[in-house]
Amino acid sequence: MSHVSAVVRPPLVTGGKSYHDITEDVCRQVEGKPTASWKIVFGISSVVLFLGTCSVFWTWWDGLGNWGLNKTVGWAWDITNFVWWVGIGHAGTLISAILLLFRQKWRTSVNRAAEAMTIFAVICAASFILMHAGRAWLAYWCIPFPNTFGSLWVNFNSPLIWDVFAISTYFSVSCLFWYCGLIPDLATIRDRAKSKVSKFIYGLLSMGWNGNTKTWFRYEYVSLILAGISTPLVLSVHTIVSFDFATSVIPGWHTTIFPPYFVAGAIFSGFAMVNNLLLIVRWTFKLQDYITIEHIETMNKIITVTGSIVGIAYITEFFIAAYSGVEYEQYAFINRAFGPYWWAYWAMMTCNVVTPQLFWIQSIRRSIMWTFALSVVVNIGMWFERFVIIVTSLHRDYIPSSWAMFSPTIIDIGDYVFTFGLFFFLFLLFAKYLPVINMAEVKAVMKSSSERFPYKVKPGKSTGEKVTE
Amino acid sequence: MENTTKRYWRGLEELRNDPEFVKNSHREFADASDITDGGGTYRRDFLKMLGFGVAAVSLAACEAPVKKVIPYLNKPVDVEPGVANYYASSFVDGGEYCSVLVKTREGRPIFIEGNPLSGISQGGVGTRVHASVLSLYDNEKLKEPHKGGKKTEWETLDKEVAAALAKSQNIRLVTGTVLSPTTKAVIEAFKAKYPSTVHVSYDPASAYGLTQVHGGQLPAFDFSKAKVIVSLDADFLGTWISPDEFAKQWAAGRKVSSGKGGNRQMSRHYDFSSIMSLTASNADYRGRLKPSQLGLVASTLLKLIGGSASTADVKVEFLEKAAKDLKAAAPGSTLVVSGSNDANVQAVVAEINKLLGNYGTTIAGTANYKQGNDDAFNTFATELKAGKVDAVIFYGANPVYNSPRGKEIAEALPNVKLSVSFADRAEETASLCQYIAPDSHFLESWGDAEPKPGYFSIIQPTISTIFNTRQAQSSLLTWAGQNGDFYEFLKKNWAATILKTNSKEAWNKAVYDGVFEPAKGTTPAAPSTTYDLLTALGKVSGTYRANSDKLEFIAYEKVGMGTGSQANNPWLQEFPDPISKACWDNYATLSQKTAEKLNVKQNDVVKLEIAGKEAIELPVLIQPGQVNDTVGVAIGYGRTKAGKAADGVGKNVFPWINATGADITVTPTGSTYKWGIAQTQTHNTVMARESVVQETVLAKYQENAQAGRFFPKVATSEGAKAPNDITLWNGHKKNNHSWGMVIDLNLCTGCGACVVACQSENNVPVVGRKEVVMRREMHWIRIDRYYSSVQPKEDESVFQELKTLELASENPEVVFQPMMCQHCSNAPCETVCPVLATTHSNEGLNQMTYNRCIGTRYCANNCPYKVRRFNWFKYFDEDQFPYHFNNDLGKMVINPEVTVRSRGVMEKCSFCVQRIQAGKLSAKRERRSLYANEVKAACSASCATGAIVFGDMNNPESDIFKILADEKEGRAFTMLEEINVLPQVNYLTKIRNKDEADAQAIHKGGHEKPKKEAHKHEKEHA
Repeated sequence: MSHVSAVVRPPLVTGGKSYHDITEDVCRQVEGKPTASWKIVFGISSVVLFLGTCSVFWTWWDGLGNWGLNKTVGWAWDITNFVWWVGIGHAGTLISAILLLFRQKWRTSVNRAAEAMTIFAVICAASFILMHAGRAWLAYWCIPFPNTFGSLWVNFNSPLIWDVFAISTYFSVSCLFWYCGLIPDLATIRDRAKSKVSKFIYGLLSMGWNGNTKTWFRYEYVSLILAGISTPLVLSVHTIVSFDFATSVIPGWHTTIFPPYFVAGAIFSGFAMVNNLLLIVRWTFKLQDYITIEHIETMNKIITVTGSIVGIAYITEFFIAAYSGVEYEQYAFINRAFGPYWWAYWAMMTCNVVTPQLFWIQSIRRSIMWTFALSVVVNIGMWFERFVIIVTSLHRDYIPSSWAMFSPTIIDIGDYVFTFGLFFFLFLLFAKYLPVINMAEVKAVMKSSSERFPYKVKPGKSTGEKVTE
Repeated sequence: MENTTKRYWRGLEELRNDPEFVKNSHREFADASDITDGGGTYRRDFLKMLGFGVAAVSLAACEAPVKKVIPYLNKPVDVEPGVANYYASSFVDGGEYCSVLVKTREGRPIFIEGNPLSGISQGGVGTRVHASVLSLYDNEKLKEPHKGGKKTEWETLDKEVAAALAKSQNIRLVTGTVLSPTTKAVIEAFKAKYPSTVHVSYDPASAYGLTQVHGGQLPAFDFSKAKVIVSLDADFLGTWISPDEFAKQWAAGRKVSSGKGGNRQMSRHYDFSSIMSLTASNADYRGRLKPSQLGLVASTLLKLIGGSASTADVKVEFLEKAAKDLKAAAPGSTLVVSGSNDANVQAVVAEINKLLGNYGTTIAGTANYKQGNDDAFNTFATELKAGKVDAVIFYGANPVYNSPRGKEIAEALPNVKLSVSFADRAEETASLCQYIAPDSHFLESWGDAEPKPGYFSIIQPTISTIFNTRQAQSSLLTWAGQNGDFYEFLKKNWAATILKTNSKEAWNKAVYDGVFEPAKGTTPAAPSTTYDLLTALGKVSGTYRANSDKLEFIAYEKVGMGTGSQANNPWLQEFPDPISKACWDNYATLSQKTAEKLNVKQNDVVKLEIAGKEAIELPVLIQPGQVNDTVGVAIGYGRTKAGKAADGVGKNVFPWINATGADITVTPTGSTYKWGIAQTQTHNTVMARESVVQETVLAKYQENAQAGRFFPKVATSEGAKAPNDITLWNGHKKNNHSWGMVIDLNLCTGCGACVVACQSENNVPVVGRKEVVMRREMHWIRIDRYYSSVQPKEDESVFQELKTLELASENPEVVFQPMMCQHCSNAPCETVCPVLATTHSNEGLNQMTYNRCIGTRYCANNCPYKVRRFNWFKYFDEDQFPYHFNNDLGKMVINPEVTVRSRGVMEKCSFCVQRIQAGKLSAKRERRSLYANEVKAACSASCATGAIVFGDMNNPESDIFKILADEKEGRAFTMLEEINVLPQVNYLTKIRNKDEADAQAIHKGGHEKPKKEAHKHEKEHA
């Protein structure tokens, strides 16, 4: 396997780091005692998780009536949050799979954290799938398992069943991919471990990795195969999620543009979330030399592109509604922009379409503060996008007598907070006990793309070099 | 060989041959009990015990509580478990009457249907009649007789009351209207024993003014014979006198058919009223007047039709037109009614009817619904206050609550020597009485009724008394020293005065039929009139004002709640008012303009003050169509001692009931009503959506049966096509039955009886005010009510136009549209359910399998009609929903044929599939196919006007088949045709008997703009 890089590219690993420095820098927080800042943040997320768990428990115990839903608006924050979390997950898969296939070396520093984010985001999304069901304890009926219930089986026509397949496939492939990538690094930690306990645990986790050529050979192939499997998932998962809406009869949902629009939106929000997480990790774990401004700038470029795609989709939807001549469709879109939820629509438009355009300015694109702030804004915008699609389409559909408003309750908020607690709880555990940067892969690009070994690359040519067989 | 039978002993015990050893010798090991110290729990059992304990505790936690079912030892004749029995009876509440069939299951009444044999109610059933079955199971009724607030025995009570009565000089028996001839005989017997007794009757919603000008008798009306109906503030379709009967008559003149030779004539209905009543919303023409103008409007109308009066003229929209139509109609073919309780106004109205020749045709015979005498009642109140009354007995009367002089009576009651109430609960009046002798519910009692002379009706018990109650007639007979067996008394009285025969068969037939109507089919004579027109006109001139810019008060009655006698009935509390769509409250209704003038918004709490009356505070409800500068408040609310459901709901305006038309001041309190008024519909207009509501005017309909219809087209490469011509669906085969409904928008008055009927039939839970505010009411059938919009101006932008369409016009036209599951053949809900909990039957039903539902709510989201209802909570059992379902007595009303839905599942209209199944089963048992129209849904059976017709669309004999055959190329349409979901429910266009020029447009580009009208039918959906 070879890595090809153009000369003009700025280095991906700065600070004159050597191979050993990488191991040291990444293993430091895994091997050291938890830092005070980690403890504080972990404490906060544990508290948030606890409060959120109370809220979720109450939702399950007392009933979904604790949410602000009603006879007209049957989904609101639950599915908004579900789609939002699933969307966030997409960046991880895109980075680890598609960028791998496209030989994008810069992915090596960010893919581990991004993949972890994917998994945790999918767990958060899945929690809403369970939570939103009126009888969550029977949700397993959505799985087509052999049973003695008589002739009962699932409805393969239902997009929710497609969702079950899409999300479960996505989750299992993501886990596999992430874990396979972890194995060489886990072995490194195992080899460095001093205590018996960590030696045992990391030994178990690294599954007997011995670092010989054959294992590296298999590692590379498994990575390629999994990248091949994951690549369609990047497109299919959110496409299928969008089918929940696109295959319905509700004006504002019944839209063929949804699949590409949802996928673009997912990558858009996912990259914003990766930005946010990595900026924090980079700062707290002092990994500035591995997650460089170049990385951040590249991701900001992707955000600008996908944000613009999303913007075009919004405008296209309006055009199609106007052009279709369908009065319900027209009303749905006019109502989005100028109806009682106009603020949600314009929040979405501002956050998703207008503000990411600031990244055309290089200084903003390369500014940590701007990146962080705009990434938060993007995720707010993407949350509003799902809210706008779900709530403003439902609350005024065909029959005006049933038109209603939705307003969230404290439990709606609490259940959303629960997923934040869960997400950060898991992410912090990951950041502490597992290497947040893929050491093995970063080392693999050292020769071609680091500050320390620039002389290895012949100017003007991109012949690349061989790392392994 | 050496003897090898050497023996080894296992121990000395074996050698000794101990009896203990011999006993246990067959066992290899010693008994476990040997190693313990005996008794108690053994060490070796620890894990067993632990395991059992954990299992037992966890099992006990899962276990459903055990409810015992006790089988019959001796099965009563006619009671088959699982088979319903029907008994004819009569609903009577004061002057309200309905002949009913009571459905009982295993001895408990669970549903009330109409009795088609009745010449009065003719099978129609109103909201309160349906709901009355729930009042039977009201847990807050008194369970035994009470004395001074404490339980007592009937013997004690009888002895003490009889003794006290014997000592009393001035006895007053205060009742509502007594429809029962036999109860009147009982009262006579009581009077004979206690000659000082005076029987005072009053009606909370009085029609004394009307009876006064007809010689103390209430005239009987026949709206079916009237070609022109003019109502002066009489809500005869909703609340006035006998609305279900009138609605039926009214509908007879409104039914049109597009078939060959079908009737295409309609009566024309004018309404002149202050508030937006059910009648006002169903009228072809409606004029608004202030209550202070009412008398002068009547006299103006009198002048306009050629009578003479020297009163001032009032200008009201359409009044002249109404007069013109009245004059043009053939004599005796019109009817003018007024809801005023002012005898002078009624005199003027009587004069109008006389001039039009209506006495003897549309006003013929008398009725007994209102026998109240306001003067007598006032005398009673004054005497009571003055201490001139020794003993007072209240029967079907709660004057402390429901009379204008309630406060005075409440203050005077404790000073009366003997006070007895027959109330079923310690309500406002009864709680102030010394004795409460609780009357039984009508479903537990024998009785009779005579709603109109010559129309008799039987009340028979359908369950033995649930509590230790006794019907009032028995009590009165007992105190009169007679045999307290009212059943014997009733039979004797019927034999002597009604059946006029001692034949057992005649009595049995009367009980079986529920009605005995010798006067049926005869034409009664015109009622006599007693008034002096000139005096009346003079008084009208003095009382009423031609113009007034003052803010005036209006007390009105709500269709569901009525006068509040069944206020503790959660079905009625949650029943959305047909006009305001509000439930669980009364409120101050204001027109939009008045609200702007007073600077208040919906849900603002305002203080209402009338000179000399106690002020009340109520939230504001903006009511389109109400006349400006008036405030309307409904009676029937503000109960304080009726029970959990009723107490503290709204404010009582009975003290103000005679102040209609009085000046009122409204001051905002600055606070907003907590949660807001609970409304089941908050958007008032149909947003010009032509595939939702389709309507036209009579003249156009007469030309073209499809006038007002909307035909959406979908653009394809091969040109515009009907939505059904291009489809992805395979369709469902309905070889046997195809159940469907036809709903005639022209006949639906919006009364909502179907809503309560459905609730009763299908165990629909009551969810309470907060949940309704959250928009979570569970009704399976709702009646959408749309006002016509303000017409957008030509130059408005599309954005502005949509905003304008949201506003109801000031005096809007109204459409009522019953909505239930449309049972789409291409059902959007069915495709999206992940677990196939909602599926299609081969009889056209969209079936909901509750047990399979996991509650994703996707089906409800994807339902274009929004008819699916989700169980957000465990509504039937949780403490936060303290309505009938959550106590054992209330649960008796549950229909055992319908699953009670648990938390987290979706539900919706099933087309009463249990009735379909029951019908099919009985047909199968009798080895025949179903008769046409054999199965009726609860809603269609309860509809007084016949607006809802249910049946098998595959059976050419059925009504629905015939109607659809006539209307297929006429008025029949399915809602939202363009999305091609193929509902099994067809609607028939609403026809207004209006001149084309006067028609308001409920759709944009409607009748006012003939230019666009041309496009309307050709509109394409590209």
